[in-house]
Amino acid sequence: MDVAKLLQQHVDLMDDMFKEGLLDEQFNQLQQLQDESNPNFLEEVVSLFFEDSQRILENMTETIGKDPIDYKVIDSQVHQFKGSSSSIGAQRVKNVCVTFRTYCDKEDKKGCQDALEEVGEEYNLIKKKLETMLELEKQIVAIGGTLPFMEGC
Amino acid sequence: MNAQMAGGGGDSLWFEHWHTKLFILWVFFMALVSLSVYLQMNAEMLVRRRDTLKTMCEGRARMLENQFLASMNHVRALTALFTTLHISKQIAMFNQETFSQYAESTAFERPLMSGVAYADRVLHEDRESFEMSHGWTIKEMFSKEKQQVFEEYAPATMSQDTVSYLTSLDMMSGQEDRENILRARASGKGALTNPFRLLESKHLGVVFTFAVYSIHLPPDATPDERVKATAGYLGGAFDVETLVENLLHGFPGSEMIAVNVYDITNELCPLVMYGHTNVSKSENTYVSSLDFGDPQRKHEMRCRYNEDALPPWTAISTSVGIFVIGFLVGHMLHASRNRIDKVEENCRMFKELKVLADEASVAKSQFLATVSHEIRTPMNGVLGMLQMLMDTRLDATQQDYARTAQASGKALITLINEVLDQAKIESGRLELEAVPFDLCAILDDVLSLFSGKSRDEGIELAVYISEKVPSILIGDPGRFRQIIINLVGNSIKFTERGHIFVCVHLSEDMEMVMEGSDYSGDDDDYSDWEVDGPGCVPLDMKCNQFNTLSGYETADDRNSWETFELLLAQEQHSYNPDHDDHHWNFSDGNDVVNLVVSVEDTGVGIPLHVQERVFTPFMQADSSTSRTYGGTGIGLSISKCLVELMSGKMRFVSRPKIGSTFTFTAKFQQMHNSVHESMLRNTNSVLQVRLLPTCFQGMQALVVDGRPVRSEVTRHHLRRLGVQVMLILSLSQSECSAAAFHSTVGGGIDMILVDKDAWGAGTGIRFPHMLCQSASEHLRQRNKYFASSVGLSHGFIAARLPKMMLVATSMTDNEHKLARENGFTDSVVIKPLRASMLSACLQQALGVWNRRDQGRELREGSRSLHKLLSGKRVLVVDDNPVNRRVAEGALLKYGAQVECVNSGRAAIVKLKPPHNFDACFMDVQMPEMDGFEATEIIRKAEMEASECMSGGILTKYHPVRIPILAMTADVIQATQAECLLCGMDGYVAKPFEEQQLYNAVAHFFEAGYV
Repeated sequence: MDVAKLLQQHVDLMDDMFKEGLLDEQFNQLQQLQDESNPNFLEEVVSLFFEDSQRILENMTETIGKDPIDYKVIDSQVHQFKGSSSSIGAQRVKNVCVTFRTYCDKEDKKGCQDALEEVGEEYNLIKKKLETMLELEKQIVAIGGTLPFMEGC
Repeated sequence: MNAQMAGGGGDSLWFEHWHTKLFILWVFFMALVSLSVYLQMNAEMLVRRRDTLKTMCEGRARMLENQFLASMNHVRALTALFTTLHISKQIAMFNQETFSQYAESTAFERPLMSGVAYADRVLHEDRESFEMSHGWTIKEMFSKEKQQVFEEYAPATMSQDTVSYLTSLDMMSGQEDRENILRARASGKGALTNPFRLLESKHLGVVFTFAVYSIHLPPDATPDERVKATAGYLGGAFDVETLVENLLHGFPGSEMIAVNVYDITNELCPLVMYGHTNVSKSENTYVSSLDFGDPQRKHEMRCRYNEDALPPWTAISTSVGIFVIGFLVGHMLHASRNRIDKVEENCRMFKELKVLADEASVAKSQFLATVSHEIRTPMNGVLGMLQMLMDTRLDATQQDYARTAQASGKALITLINEVLDQAKIESGRLELEAVPFDLCAILDDVLSLFSGKSRDEGIELAVYISEKVPSILIGDPGRFRQIIINLVGNSIKFTERGHIFVCVHLSEDMEMVMEGSDYSGDDDDYSDWEVDGPGCVPLDMKCNQFNTLSGYETADDRNSWETFELLLAQEQHSYNPDHDDHHWNFSDGNDVVNLVVSVEDTGVGIPLHVQERVFTPFMQADSSTSRTYGGTGIGLSISKCLVELMSGKMRFVSRPKIGSTFTFTAKFQQMHNSVHESMLRNTNSVLQVRLLPTCFQGMQALVVDGRPVRSEVTRHHLRRLGVQVMLILSLSQSECSAAAFHSTVGGGIDMILVDKDAWGAGTGIRFPHMLCQSASEHLRQRNKYFASSVGLSHGFIAARLPKMMLVATSMTDNEHKLARENGFTDSVVIKPLRASMLSACLQQALGVWNRRDQGRELREGSRSLHKLLSGKRVLVVDDNPVNRRVAEGALLKYGAQVECVNSGRAAIVKLKPPHNFDACFMDVQMPEMDGFEATEIIRKAEMEASECMSGGILTKYHPVRIPILAMTADVIQATQAECLLCGMDGYVAKPFEEQQLYNAVAHFFEAGYV
């Protein structure tokens, strides 16, 4: 594969994610935190985010499944999820979390279930995209290209 | 009637009754009026007729009376004469002869009398002597025989010739005459008989008799005395029938009326005196009384019209006319009133129907909106699940099924969105946003959406935005995007070769250019468009006939080079090129920006017969279109509505087999001058576009392209990156030399961009080779010695050439190879050109990285942060592993030594004095123990420690009070207050932002807090 083509795909993908509001400025900052001293920073953070999210999502599903629902518990779980998603700049996940929390405040069972479903979908979406991105970056680095956001020369 | 007209509203049934009643009343009224007119006219006529009758009758009566009286007076005068003669005993003077003579000569004095006669009074004892003296016997009147013996006789002795037959007749033998004689001699006055048939003539007549006395009598003499004194009688016969007839015939109009004269002495039995017909006393008869000088007798004249009065035609026609007119007027008004009612009723019905229809339309739209919305929700679920399904392990077939399902679902969602839009527009619920947005970014986005397809089909896709258009506008970016996507999507669908060109200008410029040039639409002479300028390399005429973006003919020539050049000139004219500070110095103070956006394609065009239906929803050129190209045909209609909402207009020019150009205008607000663009980019999430890299500022580029329009597009994109651009439009020797000189010897040119199809397909690839040749030639000429002695090789030149880049729509592997061989070692830029793509490619080619030049202040900021934090030991407390890692990464970057813990409790342990941390970043909200609580405990521990310290136990190094900064996502005032309250020293927003982090940290470290 040509570096130019890969780079272009990468740029397109990033543009897409920003355009669709999947990511926000925070992600840019994360990208900038990656440098020679910390070459796998982004991948590390993203993987952490995946692990953490997976865990929280499972917990949340469990909490929601109980009857009666402990809204305090679910609220704190949503808060965690919101924290990690905003750290990584997953804007849409974060936004859904915000609405999720209002449902928790209202103790709206239906709202919570819907929100959980929605947050799961959003998470899957961003996960897929980020994985693609990481894959692309790996490929670029593998054939000797430089990532655009990295200090190269 | 007017009142009837003025009536309005109310129950219609009542209405109808109301004016029908009025109409009937009106007809009655008119009938009465005409009847009264008739009666009045008739009465007037009758009165007039009676007056006429009266006048005529009176005239006749008075005339008759006068003549009668005149005749009687004359007889009286004769009587007086006879009396005188008797008194003087000279009666013998008169004999038959003299009397007759006298009477004859005075007959004119008695116009109505047929004759007069004198009779002697003869007593029976004197009869014999009398008969003897006269020589005849006294005869009976009717039988003419000798008179019988009576007490006395009245034989006529003298008579007028006309009545000579009376001589010797005894006047007292006739009943009427006798009574008359007796009455006359007793009264001493004239007496009139009843009318009777006169002797001989048998005409109806009356006899007038006077008594002649032999002695002079006093006026108060008794009747006996008078009888004794009577000597004879003078009598006259009125032949009424003949003479009155003669008299009356002299009057005008005598044939019109019938006149009768009656003796009414006996009122019960009036006797006819004159008249052919009996005229009874009736209301049609006029009666005029007559005085014939005999008080004992009464007479009257009765007149009547011979014929009954004619029917009063005038009155009848007048009244009928009035009635008819009245009726017609009434009928007309009634009919028109009815008509008005009917029309009003219809109108009301139509209004009701219209309301119903409107309601139905709104209901339809609302229904559509609701249904669309309701469909969308589950569809999103379906799509999401499909996406997740595709993420799982699927074999190729399954993957294909899933992909197909997803594509169909997406198409459905698109359609539903369109229908929803249409419904929203129709029900008037679509409202436009007014937020700042980046026009260039939107167009770039749209281009990237379609780039795949355009690359596959080899269609050139390009965007050009006039430099005068402010980069940030206020409007509805989503809707603007939608319009552009619709138009470009449409174009892509119908275009198989050539180009699609999106062009944005200010409408003022466009208008000025259109006015200035002799723009006359499609009928231009095409030969003017050709590019056979002097010094041009002969072009491939087949596909370069037109000077448009790709060389194919277009429907509207507004984007051909001729117009484009004028526009550029116009834009340069008022554009101030030396502003680079991202402020907009827009020349007019007006805040409204009028844009003209045109989307031009070289596709199949729109058939003429459907051009007028293009903006009708769900209307496509024909049914085969949807089969061939798909789509619903709703997009253009929505776009048009949206453009109208943006107070613009959309129009198009299309020529079958040549292409279509859709043009629309739209109004946007521009940002206030004082607002800085970078501020917007940082704070406004709507823009969501990363700033373009600034690392290319001040670079110079050479763009080599045979097509002026295309080269302007390339220039436009490069200029957005801050690159100054020179154009080379032709391959002529001199220009190549100049280019070579500039790039190699003159220096300053950082890159050369060559279009792959600069002078026809694939021609651009060979450019570097030509350039090298031309450059070496050039150098040789300039410095023969240098050239010959050193012996310039192509390699030498090539090495000194700036970076070469090929701009292409699509590249095959073969072409890649060829390009590399020809010297395009650096990069290939795949069109469509977009700022982000172009910058990435340039970075790749030039090895210039954004970071290096991106905002010195940023680098300085991070450097000073670095200085502050370098070597500091920082504790990060967060339960969230991601947050923890991110914070750690950020702080590490600034040179801090970071340690992480995941709970408040752990933090308390770590920060239990003595410890060697310089600062602590603490998450506020954590399970078990939140940041506030943890901080309080830590502060308590520090207090105890400092008390210990004051007690004399000194540790070598520990801060009295460690700065604790809260990390929080909700940066609101309350949180801050709470932070300070529980002993924290400040807060930083999560996720970290450099400037804010610096501010918060600097407060402690710079002030020598430690």
